Amino acid sequence: MIPLDWYLILAAALFALGLFGVLARKNAVAILMGVELMLNAVNINLLAFWRYRAPDQPVGMAFAVIVFAVAAAEVAVGLALFIAVYRRFNSVAADEINLLKW
Amino acid sequence: MPTTTLLWLLPVFPLLAFVLIVLFTNRNKALSHTLAVGAAFLSWLGAMVIFVRALKIGPEALAEHPIHSWVNWLPTGDGYLKIGVMVDPLTAAVLFFVAWTIFMIFLYSVGYHNFGYPEGDHDQKGLPPHGATVVDAHGHKHRVPSIEPMYSRFFAYIGLFAAGMYLLAISDNLLTLFVGWEIMGLCSYLLIGFWFAKPSARAAGIKAFMTTRVGDVFMLLGIAYLYTATGTLSFPDIFKPETLHALASTPSHVLGLSAAGLIGVLLFIGTVGKSAQWPLHVWLPDAMEGPTPVSAMIHAATMVSAGVYMVIRMFPLLKAGSMNGAFFSPLAVMGFIGGFTALFAATIAVAQNDIKRVLAYSTISQLGYMVAALGAGSYIAATFHLITHAFFKALLFLGSGSVIHGMEHGVLHTGNHEVDPQDMFNMGGLAKKMPITFWTFLIGGFALSGFPVLTAGFWSKDEILSSSFFGGHPVIFWTLALAAFLTAFYTMRQITLTFLGQPRTPEAEHAHETPWTMTVPLMVLAFFALTAGWVGIPEHFPLLGGLLPNWFHHWVGATYEGLLEEMGWLEHLAEGSLVPLYTSLTVALGGLFFGWLVYKDVRSPDPAQDPLKKALGPVHTLLQNKYYFDELYGLIFIRPAYWLAEVFTFRWVDRGVIDGILHAIARVVFDLGKILAYGFDLPIISGAGDLIGNIVRTFGRAFRVVQTGRVQDYMVAAMTSVVAFGALVYYLLVFAH
Repeated sequence: MIPLDWYLILAAALFALGLFGVLARKNAVAILMGVELMLNAVNINLLAFWRYRAPDQPVGMAFAVIVFAVAAAEVAVGLALFIAVYRRFNSVAADEINLLKW
Repeated sequence: MPTTTLLWLLPVFPLLAFVLIVLFTNRNKALSHTLAVGAAFLSWLGAMVIFVRALKIGPEALAEHPIHSWVNWLPTGDGYLKIGVMVDPLTAAVLFFVAWTIFMIFLYSVGYHNFGYPEGDHDQKGLPPHGATVVDAHGHKHRVPSIEPMYSRFFAYIGLFAAGMYLLAISDNLLTLFVGWEIMGLCSYLLIGFWFAKPSARAAGIKAFMTTRVGDVFMLLGIAYLYTATGTLSFPDIFKPETLHALASTPSHVLGLSAAGLIGVLLFIGTVGKSAQWPLHVWLPDAMEGPTPVSAMIHAATMVSAGVYMVIRMFPLLKAGSMNGAFFSPLAVMGFIGGFTALFAATIAVAQNDIKRVLAYSTISQLGYMVAALGAGSYIAATFHLITHAFFKALLFLGSGSVIHGMEHGVLHTGNHEVDPQDMFNMGGLAKKMPITFWTFLIGGFALSGFPVLTAGFWSKDEILSSSFFGGHPVIFWTLALAAFLTAFYTMRQITLTFLGQPRTPEAEHAHETPWTMTVPLMVLAFFALTAGWVGIPEHFPLLGGLLPNWFHHWVGATYEGLLEEMGWLEHLAEGSLVPLYTSLTVALGGLFFGWLVYKDVRSPDPAQDPLKKALGPVHTLLQNKYYFDELYGLIFIRPAYWLAEVFTFRWVDRGVIDGILHAIARVVFDLGKILAYGFDLPIISGAGDLIGNIVRTFGRAFRVVQTGRVQDYMVAAMTSVVAFGALVYYLLVFAH
């Protein structure tokens, strides 16, 4: 077996990439992609710990499935939000949606 | 009805009339005068019943045991101050004349104020009525007298006045006497100033009240001193030999007078005010501003008589006060003031042209007679003259009112309102126009002059003159004799100018007699002016003496005879010489003759043509101006009083000092307020508040840049915090155990 740390580093790297995408991308859909990437990185992390620390317990698998479901629901809701925002502002650039500023 | 109940009721009837008229019947003139005259009648009836009952008891018994009823009124330390009513012989005599004169005056007032005549054209309340125009059956317009606009009010006031007089007369103590005294003082103000829209009447009312008040203050001091010295104000308690002895022997440390002396002098000063003796005489002539029934009531029958009554009542005390021979002893003071006033006022009266003014000074003079008689020691003579004077002076005043009414008819007829209906020089020949008035006035005038035998005035004046002569007071005697001559002179002057000869003006031409409500009282009073003297014919009088007993002397003398005898003060005057009798006959008849002689040929209505004026020259002017006493008092009392009020108290103290202090306080407070407001409140307190606000705003402005509204910026912030927090936890967990 490859050492656990490699999976953790992978998850961390993916998470960092996702975080970078969320923070630096202008397009709202791209931000969602970044969020999705972060969620998947977290999933890898979770599954790695499951497989290496308590493989016989089903709780790890259940946890990962729930995360997937939540991610999917979240994307749906997010896209619905962006459609509403697009209808109002005619753009999905995140730095243009700043009505709630001071 | 028991006598005491009746006695208590005497003042109640007129007082009730006053109350009812003021509260209820003011608008109804007929009802008001019915109430008032009815009350006067009831009191008259009661007084007559009491008088008859007193006569039945007899003088000695009545003096020994007066009809007396009292109540415990004010609780004092160990007892009560008692007040009550009393009838002794003096009271009975006083009640007689008071009841008659009051009743006659009330009746007279109905006619005087023109009841039955229409309301005037331009009459207003506060001014005398001015006449009304009536159109008769042929369409002719006549001016007739108009009814007094304040008719009911007049009857209310004289009702109160009568109540005060009755109260004074029946009192058995100095307190209720003083209450009655003051009620009459108030009413004199109200009635003299009755026509309040006339400034002269207002001023006269105030003058009367103020002047009598001066006297009243001293009287009250006397009453207070008496109470402190004896603990009682009741006459039966004061007039006991022990009390009088005690008062006579206690020194008062004032002017060498004993306690009795000082009390006597103080009480007498009250009489000086009330009975218009010099120097407090100035109010009485001005009081002629009031309607004539008022002049009769106040200045003849009642109020001024009250002053003399009080000193007659207090005679034993006055005598007690004069026993230690001090210079200002009450009787000496009274003798001087009385005699002086009698002569002083008589000299002024000869130079007066207003019919009422002559009578006013005459009253002052006659009251001087009574006071002088008391000073000479004869209270019986003083009482006698008091009673006869009340009758004939009331008669003369009411008669003058009748004359004035007649003249006013004439003035209404001719329409010439410049003519003064009261100026005797505008009259003349009225004997034919107004016969009843003339004959009654003549009787009154002769009584005043002391016309022998027939008139009451002769007997009372003679009594005074002889008691002063035989009592060893020659100065008083000759002063009064001279005054008697002047009295007869000015009286005949008055009668001649008013009634005899020919009318001097068209107004006098058109005068006519007054209605029965005015002439009947005149006739009744004339009856008394003739007959009242015959109850007091002295026994030693040549021819007539002894035919009728001297009832009066016996009756009134009994009041204090027992007491005086016990004190050893009873004087039995040696009656021998006929000097007083001849003197009084000479001065009376001589004065009357000269008065007629000098004035019978006066034709002109111009007062400058007065024969006496030509004879006396500047002296006449002095007399006509009343020796300038009013001006003198104005200078020494009135102007300083006004200065004190206007300049000192108002300008300097009130506006200057008091307002100055207030304004200064206000300024200090105001400036302090400004300092606090602008120096402290605004910068510091508001500043602190503003500062906090400013700080918050500044911080807010500084921090709000964080809210960009961009989601990614918020995400950055969140992630940075997570990293920092994670580092902190890592450090804590790994390194900081």
